[in-house]
Amino acid sequence: MERPFAITLDVGSSHANRTGSWRVERPVYVDRLPPCNDACPAGEDIQGWLYQSEPGDYEAAWRQLVEDNPFPAVMGRICYHPCETSCNRVQLDEAVGINAVERFLGDHAIERGWSLPAAGPDSGKRVLVVGAGPAGLSATYHLKRLGHSVSLVDSAPKLGGMMRYGIPAYRLPRAVLDAEIARIVALGVDVVLDHTVDDIRRERDEGGFDAVFLAVGAQLGRRVDIPAGDSSRILDAVSLLHRVADDDPPMLGRRVVVYGGGDTALDAARTARRLGATDAVIVYRRNRDRMPAHGEELEEALDEGITMRWLTTVNSFEDDRLVLEKMRLDDEGFPQPTGEFEDLGADSLILALGQDTDLSLIDEAPNVVVDDGVVEVLPTMMTGESGIFAGGDAVPSPRTATVAIGHGKRAARSIDGYISGEEPDQPGRHELASFDRLNTWYFSDAPRTKRPELERARRQSTFDEVVEGLTEENALFEARRCLSCGNCFECDNCFGVCPDNAVIKLGPSERYKFDYDFCKGCGICATECPCGAIDMIPERI
Amino acid sequence: MTTQPIHFYQVGSFAVGNRLLDDDGRTVQSDPNRTNSLDSGHRACQGCGEALGARYAIDAAMRASQGRLVAVNATGCLEVFSTPYPETSWRIPWLHSLFGNAPAVATGVAAALKVKGKSDVRVVAQAGDGGTVDIGFGCLSGMFERNDDVLFICYDNEAYMNTGVQRSGATPPAARTATTEAIGSEAGNAFGQGKDLPRIAMAHDIPYVATATVADLHDLEDKVERAMQVHGARYLHILVPCPLGWGSASSDTIRVARLAKETGLFPVFEAVDGKVTGVSPIRHRTPVEEYLSIQGRYAHLFGEHPRTDIIARIQAMADRNITTYGLLAEEPADIDPKGVDV
Repeated sequence: MERPFAITLDVGSSHANRTGSWRVERPVYVDRLPPCNDACPAGEDIQGWLYQSEPGDYEAAWRQLVEDNPFPAVMGRICYHPCETSCNRVQLDEAVGINAVERFLGDHAIERGWSLPAAGPDSGKRVLVVGAGPAGLSATYHLKRLGHSVSLVDSAPKLGGMMRYGIPAYRLPRAVLDAEIARIVALGVDVVLDHTVDDIRRERDEGGFDAVFLAVGAQLGRRVDIPAGDSSRILDAVSLLHRVADDDPPMLGRRVVVYGGGDTALDAARTARRLGATDAVIVYRRNRDRMPAHGEELEEALDEGITMRWLTTVNSFEDDRLVLEKMRLDDEGFPQPTGEFEDLGADSLILALGQDTDLSLIDEAPNVVVDDGVVEVLPTMMTGESGIFAGGDAVPSPRTATVAIGHGKRAARSIDGYISGEEPDQPGRHELASFDRLNTWYFSDAPRTKRPELERARRQSTFDEVVEGLTEENALFEARRCLSCGNCFECDNCFGVCPDNAVIKLGPSERYKFDYDFCKGCGICATECPCGAIDMIPERI
Repeated sequence: MTTQPIHFYQVGSFAVGNRLLDDDGRTVQSDPNRTNSLDSGHRACQGCGEALGARYAIDAAMRASQGRLVAVNATGCLEVFSTPYPETSWRIPWLHSLFGNAPAVATGVAAALKVKGKSDVRVVAQAGDGGTVDIGFGCLSGMFERNDDVLFICYDNEAYMNTGVQRSGATPPAARTATTEAIGSEAGNAFGQGKDLPRIAMAHDIPYVATATVADLHDLEDKVERAMQVHGARYLHILVPCPLGWGSASSDTIRVARLAKETGLFPVFEAVDGKVTGVSPIRHRTPVEEYLSIQGRYAHLFGEHPRTDIIARIQAMADRNITTYGLLAEEPADIDPKGVDV
């Protein structure tokens, strides 16, 4: 070829120069465990379903959610959302309103009539689930998906357990609960109501079940001995809530005192207010810092005019006068009597001092070990007796519906493994996606959306739901506040910021890959990744 | 904030891409089919800000001109690392000039294209800060004065990096270079010297002058786009950190550029016909220490006997920029986001 003056070589591309050989560290894409997922007792992939929500694909988001938890609309109302407590966004402005988005998705699904994924192909195996609360229903759902037949037994006339008989309607409207339970039953569950199991072994053997899941809950309100006159009205909070749920509320009078400091005490006091009590007083022997109830519910109760008597115990109840004793906390934080007394007029006293489990059904199953009133279980949720599993409030754990739902899922997988004789898959956990791995510069400033609350006057007298849901616009906004901690959300930053064009974009939802022929290992991609999904690891030289 | 538009999305416009936006709303760099004007295999150091800035700017100019673009490149890092004969990383028509005459060569290219009637082909000239503010300055001023139809882009890394980090007219006060060593009571580069070329360009009353950094891609691409919409002499000054010369970590190139803007030391603005028409407000106001302390060229200001007096003078420069250009947003969105309902 004829070349111009002084030109002796043809033009070549710098592609021949593999600058990857300069590298001493290489970037790799990683997936880390977002703190919300880490904290979720039901094991939800929260970051995953928020990601699906962000483009407005609510059905995909909901489907991702119900992979783990069949109760989004219930959870969106009553879960104490440890996910939000651990959310990395707290350190930026405020936690993502995960619970509110979950509720939006749950309500949206009910409105649209979406059904749960179909039951798995029939395994020919049968499982007895005793107790139709959150643990039992969750186990039923996951067992059905694994192809097993389920017989769901409960002593109450309706399904739902404590979600129906323990949580007041102003927190969880029954239409919502019914809709989410009906979806599970529609998978083909053999439901037996008004039936109390009194011997678990006999029930299992007579029914020919391959495994049993005990989720009997904790239904017995704890009593203490309070000297009281014959006419004094004392009842426990569990019975109160149960009777209200049965539409048979007891007469409480105008002045109601609730004794206890847990969530149930607040539920009882708020329920009393709705039944017409003008004075609803909670007496608790420790102070606010040591109260086991969740802060949000306490705020709502105070808002409704519930009054609190901290550091106080009930000494006796005569006619319509309660004698209270003041307490003080000792150095170890235990309440000690002071000998100072005062009177308080009261028409009824409600005891909310914790609940016990009725375990008479395992009296004939000696291998099932009971310690401190609850059933001992292995991490697989199996009791001491092979093939009998237990979960929910009947085993040692925080007594919340979300924990129970997580138990149900775990038990279902273990039962499946037990029946099939195969070890259930134990997916490894990724390392935690900590806040310091994020590059928060890239996230827009956006404080969270508050859920509107019913006006105070209205809510004191009705059982209407107190906290309203988000609009679609707000839910979308809230979902998009997610920082996607530790998981690529395809922002194209690595693709854009590489000075060597050494990142290859693979297309929607395919993410990216590195071109190690040219990557010099500068590390800009890792520094500028908003969600901390790139690690730099030493090159083996 | 009373309403929030529904298109709010996690990273807003800060990240390179955004999977929810239409293609029009995304950056050129997020496009898998971008030109990649400056291709892989170039010999720039790890984490080179100039290589990044050049690809950002020329890819955007390629989109704006529908691929009808000629680039003239002064001698300097960008030329040396991209085109060691007979190899080149450029995937566009590209011309190497002398160190000092890139503006004049670009003028010639533009004139030749005009003579040939190729009015759709646009001309870009590019150089480092040495080729722009020092060696090429006479030619550049002439190009401005004649209002030749060239977009001149200066990739400012604040010294002559190619030859071993010697001081240029764009080197900031107190910075250590090979010719302004960190010794003596006034260690590093002297205060009160050097040239602020964006303002000198504005003084020529040319149609468009702007500054940008590699830390804000959306802003940089917008400015290239706007510059390409007008004819006549246009000037774009892009801050491109140099890990080698600045003594910063190669992974921190964008972070350093971001801090230059957020401290106020490098005002990001644009000017039309000699008047400033817009500034990029500071989002998180940051003291200059944070910018200086991650660069080895300022290491003598820290250490055992910190030179708080010099740091204070640099802070005063940043504060003056903030006042001069009005760099603080009227209502910074992130001062107290708590309690704001949407």
